[in-house]
Amino acid sequence: MNGATNREIMICAIADLLRGSRNIAVGASSPIPAAGAMLLRALAEKEGERPVRISVLGSVRNNFFTNGSAELFDCAAQGRIDAFFLSGGQIDGQGNINLVGVGDYPQTKVRWPGSFGSAFLYYLVPKVILFREDHTPRIFVDKVDFISAPGTSEAETFRKGGPAALMTGKALFHFDKDKARFALQSVHPGHDLVEIEAATGFTFDHDENPPTTPSPDVQTLAMLRGRVVDELSETYPDFADQMRAAA
Amino acid sequence: MVTQTLKQLAKFVPSGSRLALPVDYAGVSMAMVGPILESGARDLHLVCVPAGGLQADILIGAGRVRSVETSAMTLGEAGGAPCFSRAVKSGAIKLRDATCPAIHAGLLAAQKGTPFQPIRGLIGSDVLRHRPDWKVIQNPFSDTGDKIVVVPAIIPDVALFHAPLADAHGNVWVGRRKELAAMAYAAKSTIVTAERIVEHDLFGDEDLTAGLIPAIYIDAIAEAPGGARPYGLWGHYATETDALMRYAELAKTEDGFARYLDETYGQAFVA
Repeated sequence: MNGATNREIMICAIADLLRGSRNIAVGASSPIPAAGAMLLRALAEKEGERPVRISVLGSVRNNFFTNGSAELFDCAAQGRIDAFFLSGGQIDGQGNINLVGVGDYPQTKVRWPGSFGSAFLYYLVPKVILFREDHTPRIFVDKVDFISAPGTSEAETFRKGGPAALMTGKALFHFDKDKARFALQSVHPGHDLVEIEAATGFTFDHDENPPTTPSPDVQTLAMLRGRVVDELSETYPDFADQMRAAA
Repeated sequence: MVTQTLKQLAKFVPSGSRLALPVDYAGVSMAMVGPILESGARDLHLVCVPAGGLQADILIGAGRVRSVETSAMTLGEAGGAPCFSRAVKSGAIKLRDATCPAIHAGLLAAQKGTPFQPIRGLIGSDVLRHRPDWKVIQNPFSDTGDKIVVVPAIIPDVALFHAPLADAHGNVWVGRRKELAAMAYAAKSTIVTAERIVEHDLFGDEDLTAGLIPAIYIDAIAEAPGGARPYGLWGHYATETDALMRYAELAKTEDGFARYLDETYGQAFVA
């Protein structure tokens, strides 16, 4: 079997970040997070752990909701969702995310789709994993132009959740809530600290020699390439084909 | 009875209407876009439940929209919504950027006949900062500081969607897509296109009743097989992503968009 690709390493690292989660929700256009959640479900099943439930937006099979699109938010507000994924056109060093646009609101120079559920779920889901495969200084900025949802809130603001980690195509960061700051946790194979600093528009804490993001063992990789990619193809057929071709 | 033609349905959407439309996967009545353009309706205030796509983008591009309340506007895999983006940049539409559950909350308040609904989250976001119509209040039941956002009831003049099944009495089956029921409960009137309209009363089948919107909420229905295309209809047909991609490509320019209208609806219809 060939060694793990960068995407496979990311998916396995996401599954690891999700450990302990029972109910995981995945938003639109998120094949890598969905694969991470599906891998955790498969691993939990194999290891005889508590079953993991996954709701993937846009999926019919991986969807445990029957009360329309409001139900995810109702569940999250009650603490029934343990983990969720968010992204951003811009993400800054304080964990603020911008899904609206670049420039002065409302007549932004560049307009992205909009905040979706972020301005709610970021506050309420205990473990939010930020995911953005592209890693450039235009995305990872010092300060976002529009705060769709803030990384942290004042002590008196009702907040049960927030960012736990940031996964990119180059590295994995941990979010320190008290410092409102990211710390580099590991660097994906083939990348290094100098490159990551140059590609990141905000400063972050790091070791002098940060560890490498671990590659999965043979059994985990086989599970990912078999069952997980098959499950993924219902919602993300093109992405699943890409995974198969690259493996 | 309530069964009418698509053209008659368009009469329920006069100029200036506050029009609620569902998200791309929940039964979009694409069949009504042509009749609404043809009717000449303009100055529409769209409420996207909770996000908008092709249908809203066409109405915006055709110059029929005054304001948009939405949590997002996207063509999904086909990328951003081009007419929306242009209208944002030029300031042609008034934006009411929201977050999904705030739209659900506003509709719920309308359903309950109450003036507002509290909702968690939002505090400290620019979404809230740009919504002067939303307020932050102290939780009246808490002895300690507990601020919470309240959003006003969203009462659409008309809700429009496409359903898999309806009957000649005006009962509409939406199954698990309960946001369509929420739209109908909140709106002053509801018009529905359906894949199929049957003669017999759907209340006769107990297995269907939990997924029915009763006729009391429905003003008019019209049969429109394939009425969500190029969007999909859950349980029936898939989204035609190629068609969305082609729209995205054409609508990049105003000329291309006019060509799309002409090809699709036989006339450019730009207001």
